[in-house]
Amino acid sequence: MAPLVPMSQPWVEKYRPRQVKDVAHQEEVVRVLTNTLQTADLPHMLFYGPPGTGKTTTALAIAYQLYGPELYKSRVLELNASDDRGINVVRTKIKDFAAVAVGTTRKAGYPCPPYKIIILDEADSMTEDAQNALRRTMETYSKVTRFFFICNYISRIIEPLASRCAKFRFKPLSEEVMSSRVMHICNEEGLNLDAQALSTLSAISQGDLRRAITYLQSAARLFGSSISSSDLISVSGVIPEDVVKSLLAACRSGEFDMANKEVSNIIADGYPVSQLMAQFLDVIVSSDDIPDDQKARICKKLGETDKCLVDGADEYLQLLDVASETIRALFNMPQTLVF
Amino acid sequence: MLWVDKYRPKTLDKVTVHDQVAQNLRKLVSEQDCPHLLFYGPSGSGKKTLILALIKQMFGAGAEKVKLENKTWKIDTGTRTLEIELAMLSSSHHVEMNPSDAGFQDRYVVQEVIKEMAKNRPIDAKGKRAFKVLVLNEVDKLSREAQHSLRRTMEKYSSSCRLILCCNSSSKVTEAVRSRCLNVRVNAPSEDQIVQVLEFIGKKENLHLPAGFAARIAAQSNRNLRRAILFFETCKVQQYPFTSNQVVPPLDWEQYVSEIATDILTEQSPKRLYAVRQKFYELLVNCIPPESILKKLLAELLRKLDADLKHEICHWAAHYEHKMRLGSKAIFHLEAFVAKFMSVYKEFLVATFG
Ligand SMILES: Nc1ncnc2c1ncn2[C@@H]1O[C@H](COP(=O)(O)OP(=O)(O)OP(=O)(O)O)[C@@H](O)[C@H]1O
Ligand SMILES: Nc1ncnc2c1ncn2[C@@H]1O[C@H](COP(=O)(O)OP(=O)(O)OP(=O)(O)O)[C@@H](O)[C@H]1O
Ligand SMILES: [Mg+2]
Ligand SMILES: [Mg+2]
Repeated sequence: MAPLVPMSQPWVEKYRPRQVKDVAHQEEVVRVLTNTLQTADLPHMLFYGPPGTGKTTTALAIAYQLYGPELYKSRVLELNASDDRGINVVRTKIKDFAAVAVGTTRKAGYPCPPYKIIILDEADSMTEDAQNALRRTMETYSKVTRFFFICNYISRIIEPLASRCAKFRFKPLSEEVMSSRVMHICNEEGLNLDAQALSTLSAISQGDLRRAITYLQSAARLFGSSISSSDLISVSGVIPEDVVKSLLAACRSGEFDMANKEVSNIIADGYPVSQLMAQFLDVIVSSDDIPDDQKARICKKLGETDKCLVDGADEYLQLLDVASETIRALFNMPQTLVF
Repeated sequence: MLWVDKYRPKTLDKVTVHDQVAQNLRKLVSEQDCPHLLFYGPSGSGKKTLILALIKQMFGAGAEKVKLENKTWKIDTGTRTLEIELAMLSSSHHVEMNPSDAGFQDRYVVQEVIKEMAKNRPIDAKGKRAFKVLVLNEVDKLSREAQHSLRRTMEKYSSSCRLILCCNSSSKVTEAVRSRCLNVRVNAPSEDQIVQVLEFIGKKENLHLPAGFAARIAAQSNRNLRRAILFFETCKVQQYPFTSNQVVPPLDWEQYVSEIATDILTEQSPKRLYAVRQKFYELLVNCIPPESILKKLLAELLRKLDADLKHEICHWAAHYEHKMRLGSKAIFHLEAFVAKFMSVYKEFLVATFG
């Protein structure tokens, strides 16, 4: 039985860089912010990009480095999607925070510039109205505050806000950068990872370092300190190649019932259909023996289905529809019946 | 106590079907820094069983002393005060709830209730700061906003709180939430594994099982272990000693849907459509989920149709189920599917038999 000791943080938090210079792969923003540490000059910022690429990390790090731990609380307001950010919050909470004059206290060793920072993490989940309400606030307090907007999708940020910011796109981490971060953690934790395992980890995490670290920690707990490529695959939930291949094989048989059986098994085994379809697409596209027009027909269906899944449609019915259309494409059957 | 509860394995080393997953979980929580977990897999596959056993592994028997409360939360949104009532099952170490029960207000549950719980560390008997586990069921039913609201909470309070998320389809959980968890797939047990569980229960209950009986139940269960155990107990109540040709009674609603299938295969007319509507209403008022009705109806039709028609009909089923998600009245879409089926099928009959 586990004792009631305070839980320590998972590795993703333990290895979150505390300093801007340690943020990997995002050279441009690191350069600009490193400059800021000297000049104390900072525009409003907009960080966007896929999960696990360092957006939150970078914003928190620069805030700490500018003010130090003591002033942080009074100078930095972090609001994220877990806070209610309806119009009212924007109007009151942000205003209240922005309106209080910055003190002249300075902490030795920190630049402590004469403005406050408001970090709006996960800003893409703010309503348009709330974003509109922010425009005025930003202008009114532009002398004494700097805003950081952080989001996955820049298209969800209204243009008037976006155009007031210096925009930085956070790129998915490249294989080399990912590997070197992972190696660093392996050294600290005393893990052994061969070259193949390392490249597998980069491949399955698709540029998301948070995911890579979670896989690494899980594999370390499950399989000990020597971790192989297959250990990582088994914790990652990637769908095994033969599952995807046997779905295609069932479609190639032309038998609806075979395909239906395969689809039912995939669902019973709990594989996420959206991911299965991504892997199915790869297999279709790279098949040498499927003519282009058939490929096109299948891909079109996959696209439509993906949209349906996003709308919350049933996974079994959608996958069955894909399988059925694949059969019809492969056998040049018309899309709707003609009697 | 029902057999499904009586024979639910209580500890990780007693979990038989997913023994590999169970062993892995034990290793994962052996240190205090395990990541958040997301369990996903079909209904009745054993997710809840694993989660409960895991919590017991983490906290010992204390986690089994749970109380069920209906709590009301007053939430000030600035313009008005919302009252949200939620059922919670809690021990001194963990809280379990189903935030999607709050419907379109689920965002507030995540922002107010869950965040507060994650923030506040419990204090244990010795006055030390402890950590707690929050189990959130059906996260695939959470709105996008609610899921977004979870993201930073999962990072910020990870030294005091672990989340265990549970859902049927992980496709419906946003990428950003999935990226913050170790994903644990819980596949439905195979028919053989189900047979083993049934035989185990049979032995404990001192029952004699005729050859092949357990296998027949397993075959009818759709690889859903809960269902298989329920069927088994129903059979026992209906007739014991078992006979080798004893029928395993299907679920009432499924029987009813097969009748609908027969209805629309035998006659395609506005009158029949109207009659079928009454039957759909009957099912819906009994809280049978509309997508389950549609899937069962499709399965019944597929058993009777020509290959060409199968393609056509499965497409329309997918089409109308999708519409149903976007719309608000399920009955329209169920009925539209039936009307479509009737017209396609009638055309086919005319073309084939004149
Ligand atoms: N560029 C990076 N350099 C170093 N570590 C990183 C980087 N990106 C991500 N990480 C690691 O991944 C974890 C998550 O990163 P972070 O919270 O910054 O992601 P994010 O970009 O804000 O993602 P999301 O959009 O999901 O909020 C960090 O704790 C850190 O361990
Ligand atoms: N490893 C096991 N050995 C024996 N019986 C099991 C095992 N796992 C689950 N069961 C039985 O199966 C039933 C269903 O399992 P459980 O409630 O864990 O499913 P679930 O995946 O949470 O389903 P749902 O998604 O419908 O809530 C349990 O009541 C239990 O009796
Ligand atoms: Mg972030
Ligand atoms: Mg359950």
